[in-house]
Amino acid sequence: METIGIWIAALLTLGIFSFLYKDNPFYKFCESLFVGISAGYWFVTTFWQVFMPKLADNLVAGRLYYIIGGVFGVLMLLRLFPKIGWLSRWSLALVVGTTAGLYFTRYLVSNGMIQVQNTIIPLYVKGNLSQTIGNLVIVIGTFSGLIYFFFSKEHKGAFGGLAKLGIWFLMLSFGASFGYTVMSRMSLLIGRMDFLLGTWLGLIR
Amino acid sequence: MRRQLPILIVFVSGVFMVIQYFIPHESFEFIYEYAMDWIIIIGIFAMLLGLWSLTRASVSKVQAKAPGWGFSVMTLVGLATMLFLGFYKGNKSIAEGTFFMDLFWYIYTPIQATMFSLLAFYIASAAYRSFRVRTVLATILLVTALIIMLRLIPLGPISGVNQWLASWILTVPNMAAKRAIWIGVGLGATATALKIIFGIERAYMGKD
Repeated sequence: METIGIWIAALLTLGIFSFLYKDNPFYKFCESLFVGISAGYWFVTTFWQVFMPKLADNLVAGRLYYIIGGVFGVLMLLRLFPKIGWLSRWSLALVVGTTAGLYFTRYLVSNGMIQVQNTIIPLYVKGNLSQTIGNLVIVIGTFSGLIYFFFSKEHKGAFGGLAKLGIWFLMLSFGASFGYTVMSRMSLLIGRMDFLLGTWLGLIR
Repeated sequence: MRRQLPILIVFVSGVFMVIQYFIPHESFEFIYEYAMDWIIIIGIFAMLLGLWSLTRASVSKVQAKAPGWGFSVMTLVGLATMLFLGFYKGNKSIAEGTFFMDLFWYIYTPIQATMFSLLAFYIASAAYRSFRVRTVLATILLVTALIIMLRLIPLGPISGVNQWLASWILTVPNMAAKRAIWIGVGLGATATALKIIFGIERAYMGKD
């Protein structure tokens, strides 16, 4: 099975790489197969690893409150029947309401308050020049970045200058993320090349 | 009933989740735990809708003999195979060494890894195009990216300097910009959550 599996994996890898030339039937075949396989894989694993322990096992153990989740889940499926499809909104409402309530506090605390708190730092640290410069850069960068995102006032004059400084900081941050992304994709590419030339063809060891 | 009750459910569940954060009592924690599990269970039922939608779209394409219908057959074959293999032996079907997992390792994993690795080529192309634009912003982006990429590569005498610079960029100016983004996202998410809880934002309900 392993040899057949390696051959299948190698051919599928080449099929996906063929997209670099242009969109072609070989690539589309691999892509379509991937859609079907991944949909099936995620449904099956979620069913056995999450659905069964969360719903079936809990109900069998007598924790009957879980039936509420099951009922709302079934209501979700009523979307398939146009006449009573509106009932699925109840399930959606529970998900949306719970998530909104959860995220209200979570984002307010972690993204709002904690970040603001961490930015209120001393602008002068006695005897530590690098820390002083670092703190200044953090405060100015965060403030100017926020100014850039403030669209209720036209970006002109001193305000526009700060917004411009803000976008410089943002570009620097995007550059760092870009560098990280390139490195991660390159390591994946090296992995695929290693598979093709090493595991499949045995040209490198 | 069709529109009012969902708004009420959103309000009650949303307000409860906000209140339980401020009252760490065991009865609130009890309901919180259940509510979280209900959301997961509903999500799994929603996955069924997704499977149904994928199947219906593919079958319609095959029935209509639309261009590329053969590829839809492959999608259906892949889906049916995984569902059959994943269920026919009960929960043992997904154990390591089964045919189900073989398909995962020899089909799913290589295709996914290769698709992500394809991006390396497109990123290189995007970097080249940014370089040709020759603006201050594009230069800042590319120079930073270069410093970050080179920090793990031995560069002789300048290795130490490059590593120090990359570390400083990540922990100081990058952190400043990230904080501005996080604060913006935080305020936006908080405002949106309030709009949803109080029924101002109702797009999730769709149209009648």
